[in-house]
Amino acid sequence: MEKEKFDYYIKTEKNSWEVVIGLEVHAQVISESKLFSGSSTKFGAKPNTQVSLVDSAFPGMLPVINQYCIEQAVKTGLGLNAKINLHSIFDRKNYFYADLPAGYQISQYKNPIVGEGLVTLDMPYGSKKIGIERLHLEQDAGKSIHDLSPDNTFVDLNRSGVALMEIVSKPDLRSPSEVNSYVKKLRTIMRYLGTCDGNMQEGSLRADVNVSIRKKGEKKFGTRCEIKNVNSIKFMEMAIDSEAKRQVELLESGKTIEQETRLFDTKKNETRSMRSKEEAHDYRYFPDPDLLPLELKQSFVDNLKKKLPELPDQKKDRFIKKFKLTPYESNVLVSEIDISKYFEEVIKNADIKLAKNWIIVELFAVLNEKNLDIKDSPVSPKNLASLVNAISSGEISGKIAKKVFEIMVETGEEPSKIIKEKGLKQQSDPKELEKIVIKVLGDNSDKVSEYKSGKEKLYGFFVGEIMKASSGKANPKLVNDILKEKLKK
Amino acid sequence: MSIDKNQVKKVAKLSRISLDDSKLESLSKDLDSILNFVEQLNKLDTKKTEPLTSIVDKTLEPRSDKINDGKIKDQILKNSPDKNEEFFIVPKVIE
Repeated sequence: MEKEKFDYYIKTEKNSWEVVIGLEVHAQVISESKLFSGSSTKFGAKPNTQVSLVDSAFPGMLPVINQYCIEQAVKTGLGLNAKINLHSIFDRKNYFYADLPAGYQISQYKNPIVGEGLVTLDMPYGSKKIGIERLHLEQDAGKSIHDLSPDNTFVDLNRSGVALMEIVSKPDLRSPSEVNSYVKKLRTIMRYLGTCDGNMQEGSLRADVNVSIRKKGEKKFGTRCEIKNVNSIKFMEMAIDSEAKRQVELLESGKTIEQETRLFDTKKNETRSMRSKEEAHDYRYFPDPDLLPLELKQSFVDNLKKKLPELPDQKKDRFIKKFKLTPYESNVLVSEIDISKYFEEVIKNADIKLAKNWIIVELFAVLNEKNLDIKDSPVSPKNLASLVNAISSGEISGKIAKKVFEIMVETGEEPSKIIKEKGLKQQSDPKELEKIVIKVLGDNSDKVSEYKSGKEKLYGFFVGEIMKASSGKANPKLVNDILKEKLKK
Repeated sequence: MSIDKNQVKKVAKLSRISLDDSKLESLSKDLDSILNFVEQLNKLDTKKTEPLTSIVDKTLEPRSDKINDGKIKDQILKNSPDKNEEFFIVPKVIE
């Protein structure tokens, strides 16, 4: 396959502009309890029922760090091929907002728990490495609800204090589709590690997007704008495109870009300034006097490293080498850990080549149509393996298999049961088939003469009639053999 | 370093402290002299000294990931100036 070339530039009459993007991804840590308190982190509970005196910032309350959240951050760092900092410090980031009861967020400023790392993307124009600047631990804020009353805002602190990992990329991304690929890659890695569920609807993964532009070939970065809190990949792509175009228009009309925080309006498909946040940007960070420095032992990190699961890139390489998959197929099958598990389960007892096609083509079409996760697939890996085996053993043809598969999707039944009950088993008895062939040829004696006098195209017609007469169950290979034999005479 | 009235105003605003304009002058002077006093520290050479983040020679003691708190909604909401059955209620915050 020929490689496509990278081609995301904003072209105007005068110039070709390159778009430079950096991402700050906020990923909610999977843990039972919060980063600094023993309240539950479970999503969807009744408002303010998962709030302790620490989370609501009552005077005199002291934070105590959750050991598991530290492990989760370190594991994620290792998954991002990043440097783990054995010494890190928690700071207070001060700002005033109704859903931040303490008036500050506990975060990490100068000494984050994880330093520089690297993520590899598979783009149509080849693989691309994206640098990670850092990953730090911080608290999530509560939730403000603005639409329950015209005059007031309602505050739910259930989310207040849940652990977040902020993953900051280097400004290495160059297009909306690279951003798409990067966020999906981070999500896949974290799901493999079990450190973040990546559920964007529930807000477990959201991002601030930094966008700037420069003329193609220029080395210096332009002034950037930060688009806050974008909560879906599609919106990230739209926001980048619209923000980059806005900046091009400004510069080409002789104006300058102001460094500022902007908000993406999904209905109007445009970004707008959030002037209100400007002043709040003076965060006055300082080390949190309630928390001592976090010191990790190298042995602790090494232990976690030993226990890491196989990561997407490693799994992809293994699939390519061991199962002779193409990079594309391998990518698709490792994109979610549950898909890769399903695949490996099916091929334990079934032909790999047939199985991968059935999963990637037929099963994915059904899951897509029904909007189902592979975990909830109506067709179990065991049943799909049996279906594949029924095909490779010649019990049913590929065409009949599709019929059986349809029924499996509706009922979740085993293929052997469906084949038996519906009488779909392939007819492979030469004597029975011979009878059908003789009958079809007898019924079409005129066509047989035409065939024998040179109209060989009629061969396909005979096959079609025979298949019809057997309700599609005749073994095509046997039919071929018998038919050829009969037509010779 | 010296601190002027505008800086005092800004810091007060960020901290949500209401400030009478008549007090600006004297407050600026006070803060300025405090800062000047602390400024003496800058004479020390700290090139080889790591910033101090804690005065005790201990590191962070973690706890295990157990749910043992929360479920005290009524207590949490009790002291709020405005609330309903489930939420804290605050003046409208508009983005």
